[in-house]
Amino acid sequence: MATVTFDNATRQYPGNPVPSVDKLNIEIADGEFLVLVGPSGCGKSTSLRMLAGLEEVNGGRILIGDRDVTNLSPKDRDVAMVFQNYALYPHMTVADNMGFALKIAGVDKAEIRKRVEEAAKILDLTPYLDRKPKALSGGQRQRVAMGRAIVRSPQVFLMDEPLSNLDAKLRVQTRTQIASLQRRLGVTTVYVTHDQVEAMTMGDRVAVLKDGILQQCDSPRRMYDHPANVFVAGFIGSPAMNLMSVPVTEGGVDLHGHTVPIAREDLSGVGKDVTLGVRPEDLELSSDQSGIPVTVDVVEELGADAYIYGSTEQKLLEATGENAGAVPFIARVDGRRPPEKGEKIYLKPKVGHVHVFNSESGLRVGD
Amino acid sequence: MTLEITTARPESALLDLPWSTPLEEWPESHLAALPRGISRHVVRFVKLGARVLAVKEIKDDIADREYAMLRNLRRLDVPSVEPFGVVHGRTTADGEPLDACLITRHLQFSLPYRALYSQNLRPDTAVRLMDALAVLLVRLHLEGFWWGDVSLSNTLFRRDAGAFAAYLVDAETGELHARLSDGQREHDLDIARVNIAGELMDLAAGGFLEEHADPFEVSASVIERYHTLWDALTGTERFELGDRWRVDERIRRLNELGFDVDELSMTTDIGGTEIVITPKVVDAGHHSRRLLRLTGLDVGENQARRLLNDLDAYTAATDRQGDDEEIVAHDWLAKVYEPVTRAVPRELTGRLEPAEIFHEVLEHRWYMSERAGHDTPIEDALRDYVTTVLPAKPEEKSVLGVDTEEMPVISRFD
Repeated sequence: MATVTFDNATRQYPGNPVPSVDKLNIEIADGEFLVLVGPSGCGKSTSLRMLAGLEEVNGGRILIGDRDVTNLSPKDRDVAMVFQNYALYPHMTVADNMGFALKIAGVDKAEIRKRVEEAAKILDLTPYLDRKPKALSGGQRQRVAMGRAIVRSPQVFLMDEPLSNLDAKLRVQTRTQIASLQRRLGVTTVYVTHDQVEAMTMGDRVAVLKDGILQQCDSPRRMYDHPANVFVAGFIGSPAMNLMSVPVTEGGVDLHGHTVPIAREDLSGVGKDVTLGVRPEDLELSSDQSGIPVTVDVVEELGADAYIYGSTEQKLLEATGENAGAVPFIARVDGRRPPEKGEKIYLKPKVGHVHVFNSESGLRVGD
Repeated sequence: MTLEITTARPESALLDLPWSTPLEEWPESHLAALPRGISRHVVRFVKLGARVLAVKEIKDDIADREYAMLRNLRRLDVPSVEPFGVVHGRTTADGEPLDACLITRHLQFSLPYRALYSQNLRPDTAVRLMDALAVLLVRLHLEGFWWGDVSLSNTLFRRDAGAFAAYLVDAETGELHARLSDGQREHDLDIARVNIAGELMDLAAGGFLEEHADPFEVSASVIERYHTLWDALTGTERFELGDRWRVDERIRRLNELGFDVDELSMTTDIGGTEIVITPKVVDAGHHSRRLLRLTGLDVGENQARRLLNDLDAYTAATDRQGDDEEIVAHDWLAKVYEPVTRAVPRELTGRLEPAEIFHEVLEHRWYMSERAGHDTPIEDALRDYVTTVLPAKPEEKSVLGVDTEEMPVISRFD
């Protein structure tokens, strides 16, 4: 087991004017589950492959433990790409299916048996070790495939969109399995996905990338509550955060007569406007006619809650990532008394639940 | 949703296939064989008119990606299966959405490795298969293709003048880059080593592997052969300025290996006493291209080499070295090659490809001559071959697979 360090790691393809991964700095703790997430082309897979030794590193270093692996070949790095090859061999026993790669590596028989038995215990496969894969259920077969990576006991597991070819239900099921397995094994894991929900539910920490640049690396909770910039704010969370351009006033920002208080020192030097972000669940109906005016287009009733999707004269910023495209204003309201379609309502952010960003740089203002 | 079929060959019969049924449940009447092969996904062989198609059920975006990838590989002239189309928008009768289907054409006269191992094979077959796979891998890597799932199951083999030529079947995990890094190539080789050893160990466990063949040695031999070939094709050589003949020598060596050199970089050191050469662009198919140009025959690389040798022998025997090569080739085709391939009785044409039969007749003539102690005319060899050898061979035109279990590991949960 080991830590992983990206130290100013850079990858620039020949002929490309900008690096695909630009001075990446992340320190991954021993046993940590780190998820790299971002829209397509953000450099997440490239970063993983740099760690795996599949992409050349043009600048900076990559360390596994204290060892500089920047120029080592993939097989000398002691990392395992999981789920890449999961064919099961019908004539071989489950134990042989799990352990055969160790045989190739020249590990002795007793050691192989020991590691296979340990892995089988973790995977609940012990009673099946001497059976053929045919006798297993689909879920058990899947676990045999995981077992093949586990018995290699690598220092780091690498997973590149391992769930992308599963349907929605299986994805959720397997997601949970992988996360709990990783915790039981305690092996440092780097996981790549484009799906922010997957990232938020699986990772100890999540690293958001965009255009080859690390935007933020934090725990899911911190990432959700304190997005470092407008991009992360719009990318993380579903439904997406509402982002709007609002004028700065004395003591805060103005929402059609409703002043959202913001510390004076935070607003010094931000200019005339800032970008205000409010998550759909952090809004409440206003009793007077101040706040954000919204005309309800769609009401999505989910029982206890309802989401309303509406239009507003407020200037909205386009969201990013999977939320990109249409930018309705979204709010969560009480499911028992939702407003009606076509109704005009006024919404105010709950106190202390707003995010303020510099409208020029996009960076978070204040805490 | 509406059914949407993308194909380069509009074929209305495609519409008659039962797209609203999960592939696993397709009726036998549409199938050319029972479900076979180890696969992550359900793959079935389907009859469509006179041809056989392989249909694979996978997620929509992966189907599109693999279809485009296979088309790119064909464009790059890499030996691979021919993509036929993608079917989207499938729903069951109840309106439940179904995964997309990727359709490829079955490669005629190709053999899955399991079929090869279930036949009685010469002991060196495993070695020849590994040779073919190493050549395929080198060709893919030269084009910048990272396979990601190199295995015998993802490869089909065609006989090639006693040896084999390998074809890529599954490009699902593949990626096309401008150039592969050494790490990417190493990774592919590592995957190859593990997968091939696993597949051979499985054959051994099933009692299909010759006893003396060691799965580890065999799979390691792919890597070794790959490196030898890769170094020969891309390695840098330096020599004294006076030894310029070595440039021609290098090109000749590459031609012998079946590659043409399209671009070669030559530099001298600062003092100007040494030359450094590195092949930059090499192209497989040296012999098959030459044969195609001379005769219009499109055959495997080794078959082409064999046929060209026979053409040379013909040129010498008829004393026409001074004649135009194309004209001699045309005569050889009409007087030697075609009479042999045409003499095969219709019911035996499905046994082997014509060029392979020609190769075998030449081999047969050699054995007959050796036994007789004198030259045997090709007509006699042909007659004997068609009556004694060919009928005993299995039909190989449409071998689809042997008895193995369908094993989708990831696409189906209980």
